[in-house]
Amino acid sequence: MNFTDMLLFGIYPYIASVIFFLGSLLRYDREQYSWKAQSSQMLDKKYFRVASVFFHVGIIMIFFGHFAGLVIPYEVWDFLGITLAGKQLIAMGVGGFFGVICFIGMTMLVYRRLFNPRVRASSSTMDTLILLLIYWQLILGILTIFVSTGHMDGYVMKDLMSWSRYLLTFRPAEAIGFVADLHWIYKAHIFWGVTLFVLFPFSRLVHIWSVPVGYFGRNYQVVRRRFGSRKA
Amino acid sequence: MKIRAQIGMVLNLDKCIGCHTCSITCKNVWTSREGVEYAWFNNVETKPGIGFPKEWENQDKWKGGWQRKSNGKLVPKIGGKLRVLANLFANPDLPEIDDYYEPFDFDYQHLHNAKDSKHQPVARPRSLISGQRMEKIEWGPNWEEILGTEFEKRKKDQNFNEVVQKDIYGQFEKTFMMYLPRLCEHCLNPTCVASCPSGAIYKREEDGIVLIDQDKCRGWRMCVSGCPYKKIYFNWKTGKSEKCTFCYPRIEAGQPTTCSETCVGRIRYLGVLLYDADKIEAAASVANEKDLYQAQLDLFLDPHDPKVIEAARKEGIPDNWLKAAQRSPVYMMAMDWKVALPLHPEYRTLPMVWYVPPLSPIQSAAEAGHVGMNGEIPDLKSLRIPLRYLANMLTAGDEAPVVRALERMIAMRAYKRSQQVDGVEDLEVLKQVGLSKDRVEEMYRYMALANFEDRFVIPTSHRAYAENAYDLKGECGFSFGNGCGGGDSKLNIFGGSSKGVRKVIPVTVKE
Repeated sequence: MNFTDMLLFGIYPYIASVIFFLGSLLRYDREQYSWKAQSSQMLDKKYFRVASVFFHVGIIMIFFGHFAGLVIPYEVWDFLGITLAGKQLIAMGVGGFFGVICFIGMTMLVYRRLFNPRVRASSSTMDTLILLLIYWQLILGILTIFVSTGHMDGYVMKDLMSWSRYLLTFRPAEAIGFVADLHWIYKAHIFWGVTLFVLFPFSRLVHIWSVPVGYFGRNYQVVRRRFGSRKA
Repeated sequence: MKIRAQIGMVLNLDKCIGCHTCSITCKNVWTSREGVEYAWFNNVETKPGIGFPKEWENQDKWKGGWQRKSNGKLVPKIGGKLRVLANLFANPDLPEIDDYYEPFDFDYQHLHNAKDSKHQPVARPRSLISGQRMEKIEWGPNWEEILGTEFEKRKKDQNFNEVVQKDIYGQFEKTFMMYLPRLCEHCLNPTCVASCPSGAIYKREEDGIVLIDQDKCRGWRMCVSGCPYKKIYFNWKTGKSEKCTFCYPRIEAGQPTTCSETCVGRIRYLGVLLYDADKIEAAASVANEKDLYQAQLDLFLDPHDPKVIEAARKEGIPDNWLKAAQRSPVYMMAMDWKVALPLHPEYRTLPMVWYVPPLSPIQSAAEAGHVGMNGEIPDLKSLRIPLRYLANMLTAGDEAPVVRALERMIAMRAYKRSQQVDGVEDLEVLKQVGLSKDRVEEMYRYMALANFEDRFVIPTSHRAYAENAYDLKGECGFSFGNGCGGGDSKLNIFGGSSKGVRKVIPVTVKE
């Protein structure tokens, strides 16, 4: 264990979490007007549908994949009768599939953001930065699949699950032991992944908090009063 | 019965001269900012034409308004809730900015700075989005001004549907035109509200104005598709939708909207309508589209009826609103005289900005004996604007209400002419259209003279009583979020660049 590992994989995730939650809360409270998806669809629609749907579907599935892998305890997988090797195979297969879907979509979106004059001119620095960062992170993620083919027994996955489990239960000192000796690709993927949480509150990613599930529960029509109750 | 009040509007198209003053004053007040340069909360179109954005009336293309399912229930034409959410990533029914027009400015500074040369310097257009040179401007909010563009393109106008021999209207001798100023309809059954996943759009209970809560809007852009009039504009800079506010700060203070106040033709009317909110859904869902006009009329309540007044008081509608409702020019034109008609009732949104159909050249031809007469009144089939065209626009294709409105206007003219020029009272012509002498004098006062105090009967909202003024002390009124900070401080870790200014891109012209 060295200090860099401790800093990057033991301490940094906690700092990132604080920025992620506190930053989101502050922005939600103070800057509602800036809280939005910032779609650029109307500026250029060509191939946008394919690009955006591929990207979003891919990345949402990848998100749930990571959730299943890193947050759901491995006892649950045991209980379901899925071995470590089996789990790794599922992760590589499903992750690889949606990784490729997402990669196709993102490649189109990145090209559009950098080279379409309208989209480029209306992008903020953060818009471009966050997109490139996710793209980079996606490429790293896809690369881990190739590294994983070198050890199909699933124990590296178990190490990663243990890392997140120990972090989530506030035992960073033990947690870093699980990742210190992994291939650098995994470590880079973790580092940039955590960094995404740092940038989250300052970017358009905040729209993820606002998935409009409430739409199902409400009436079609909304009526509001301008001035309290008249009858009072 | 749940009585609610709304400030409605009527536009007398017979008097519209197409000067665009309404559009310009509206633009100066509301949309002279970066991100909404292309947005015209009010624009004036020349009809026939496909309009702004292109083909906005073609709901097979844009999917605006409501669809009545076989079980009688209404769903937005863009789809039910599941389909709306499934399309959040990419809205298939969203107009692109080119369907409106790419906003531009001219290189005016070049006229000052150009060096000595053989040719006169010119100010060429430049995109306000990308800053790049634009070689050609392709479309705009009044591109078909006075029958601009070819008839081949304009004849895609949906109002030509089922107009017999529409191709003859491309001929010079047969051509016709009219102006159509358009703004948000502040519908009773708005599809924009229904299609907003965030619930950010709402109708105000007090005055029926439909607004977008800029703090709650997340920019899912479904409202742009939902609105069949395409009167919601996506601000590409702020990433939020914006729409006509019916100048609510003015309305609250008892003043007419900017477009109405500045109308030089005095064609706009504002007044209170009382309606039964419990019946909205049933009225919007009637099976036959041609019954929608009558169904909406049936929603409106007689402000002189003591039962209505009593029920309205119970709902807490103030007395000055009831008094205004009794003097409402909108009620008179829509309900008493039946000269005002809704715009595209077939969208099932129950629009609240109504139109008096325009008369078109006929009288002189009639006097010259070229037109058939129907009693005292010329046969309206000889009007230059086909009846069916107007009916498609205003009554879902039912010609009878259009005929009634036009005949009453012709009768009013004939009566006043005989009275003032010939010195006789032609009561025959009034009898034929079912108007009394008093009523026609009233119509004349409101529609021909159109005094300010008759056109605009707007009760104030008594804001001073409703709000605690002490709480408002030190507030900054309208701002772009984040209290008085304006959301545009130099060091803003959350926002982007400032939102309230219109950025004019400086020009460097290579010699």
